[in-house]
Amino acid sequence: MEEMAEHAHAHHVDPVVEYQSSKFGMWLFIATELLLFGGLFTAYTIYRAKYPEMFHEQHLELNKPIGAINTVILICSSLTMALGVASIKRGKQELLRLFLSLTILFGIMFLINKYFEWGHEFRDGNYPGTSIFFSLYFMMTGLHMIHVIVGLLVLAVMLAWSFTGRFSDKYNTPIELGGIYWHLVDLIWIYLFPLLYLIG
Amino acid sequence: MANHTLAEAIQIPYLEEKGLISWITSTDHKRISILYLLSISTFFVVGGIAALLVRLELLTPGKTIVDAHTYNTLFTFHGTVMVFLFIVPGIAASFGNFLIPLMIGARDVAFPRLNLLSWYLYIAGAIIIVASLLQPADTGWTFYTPYSIRTGTDVILLTFGIFVAGFSSILTGLNFIVTIQKLRAPGMTWHRLPLFIWASYATAILQVLATPVIGISLLLLIAERVFGIGFFDPAKGGDPVLFQHFFWFYSHPAVYIMILPAMGIISEVIPVFSRKPIFGYKAMAYSLLAIAFISFLVWAHHMFTNGISQLAAMIFSFLTFLVAIPTAIKVFNWTATMYRGSIDLKSPMLYALSFIFLFAIGGLTGVFLAALAVDVHIHDTYFVVAHMHYVMIGGTVMGFLAALHFWYPKMTGKMFNEKVAKVAWAFIFIGFNVTFFPQFILGTEGMPRRYYDYLPKYQPLHELSTIGSWILAIGLFLMAINLIRGLLNGEKAPENPYGSLSLEWQVPSPPPHENFEEIPTVTDWTYGYGKKQ
Repeated sequence: MEEMAEHAHAHHVDPVVEYQSSKFGMWLFIATELLLFGGLFTAYTIYRAKYPEMFHEQHLELNKPIGAINTVILICSSLTMALGVASIKRGKQELLRLFLSLTILFGIMFLINKYFEWGHEFRDGNYPGTSIFFSLYFMMTGLHMIHVIVGLLVLAVMLAWSFTGRFSDKYNTPIELGGIYWHLVDLIWIYLFPLLYLIG
Repeated sequence: MANHTLAEAIQIPYLEEKGLISWITSTDHKRISILYLLSISTFFVVGGIAALLVRLELLTPGKTIVDAHTYNTLFTFHGTVMVFLFIVPGIAASFGNFLIPLMIGARDVAFPRLNLLSWYLYIAGAIIIVASLLQPADTGWTFYTPYSIRTGTDVILLTFGIFVAGFSSILTGLNFIVTIQKLRAPGMTWHRLPLFIWASYATAILQVLATPVIGISLLLLIAERVFGIGFFDPAKGGDPVLFQHFFWFYSHPAVYIMILPAMGIISEVIPVFSRKPIFGYKAMAYSLLAIAFISFLVWAHHMFTNGISQLAAMIFSFLTFLVAIPTAIKVFNWTATMYRGSIDLKSPMLYALSFIFLFAIGGLTGVFLAALAVDVHIHDTYFVVAHMHYVMIGGTVMGFLAALHFWYPKMTGKMFNEKVAKVAWAFIFIGFNVTFFPQFILGTEGMPRRYYDYLPKYQPLHELSTIGSWILAIGLFLMAINLIRGLLNGEKAPENPYGSLSLEWQVPSPPPHENFEEIPTVTDWTYGYGKKQ
């Protein structure tokens, strides 16, 4: 993300072109992420159509309240992220730091919940490989969790940089790109939650 | 470059700075191109040695040099290295990196540091793939389940290496799409772009959209081996054919990741050496995109005998036939470009002509294979092996060699010996055909692919094929020696030895760091050959 935003200084590329290029590059990257998850969603579709009873029975073992709380947490984190981007576009450095910190805090809360939730599943004897449903559950939430962790690392770097004063109302592309990535992470969870926890 | 001002940097040829460190830390697209060129050539040699050993083993029925298990690991390694470390990054990463900014009139790609990172990811993937040789996998490069779940060999390391190298492919594609969209020089409209740029653009789209799917497929295969998740394991309610769907959803478009850049190169070489504008420019450009688009819809033609429904098989057969249309447009237009041209049979042109000839054979035998009844008969025989190698070597490698000889003066600033180049070409062309043409016949006579042993009646053709592989190897060796000799004591290359009109030839050989003293303004398309100049 930093790369996309900060490249080519030696080449004196027009900052507008640079900004557009960076954003376009980020959207292409988002497309690859969707295709990566697309494989899992395809597998989910196929096996849910093949084993509807298994999916229904086993999804009852998932902890709906924790799933719901995590959904709310991630939606809140998307809000704080968007507020962070909006703040720096107005040049408000302190607000950017505050909202980045809140976003990171929400992300960590999500991971803590997930830790207890997975621990609970393991105690109940549900592992990847227990059944196709639980394999899908762990693969999908696991790949998502890796994305949450990567997102948090990115946001942590942004927060550290925000203290050096390198972002302003004129230059804030990395924040915006980090925001796009974080929204993707949120959005994928918004699909995972009903597909795994709320099967009717 | 850091020690010079911009004005000075503009003058310095990109090859000037010496030392390993300056190379592996450079974000200059031209240097990264050379890094890729050296690395993929290395793996071409490595994969080629594995191929020679495979051919040597097949010289006689039964054991010739290695046992059956070693043979299986050899063809697996050959396939994996050639596909994922040579031909997929291949032309796109090497010549694409060098030519795209120069051809569109830019100083570099859109994300130079990401570009260098891509090369490091490629090298990391390559190291992991080579490390898997400690316990080499024996699944073939396709990793079909359930065997790839059960085999005791190191499938995990090998597939993980491919996964890492895949990131390199994705990031390169992403970089090129943004570069072509955003960094074209003033006046360089889409319909003035050299066709190599169109080809690179179509390739990059495939890299970005298809590669993540092989990523998740291989991750799931690894999870299958580590956790036993059961998606592809019939014993756990999974479906092994699903793996094939996943695998080919990437690996069929990947075939076009391999061939499209070569088509771009041929479209550059033919007009220059025929002194005529490319025939049917727009048809050529849009047929590249059409091939890229259709390539996403044909993957199941690899699975006609694997228990997919008849209806699905018919639809996929039909869609596969469709690929022949844009492909034929290209072959006809190249031929029409040469018609009444002033043809100069220099070595790049010889390779380009070989491409058209061999690719036509490879492509047309692909049409045989798209026909359901024929495919059922010759599926998984040497016919498929021959078809694939006619497209991959006859197509992509010939395109690669055409590019190597065509842009060599620009990249190195030196000239090679043209006579030796032609002799090497003759060896390569004859050697290739002697190796692979008999395999079409072997296939129609029923010789299955990947078998260690065979009936005595197949031996004469196998012998011929093995002898061909030696001729091919001699040709490639000769070609390499010639190019290395040119590098060491070749004549200094002029700016534009072949009289090409595209932008990269209008800068010094080798080009300076910043490519252009001033970003050019483009007023015409690239193919105005044959006019009074």
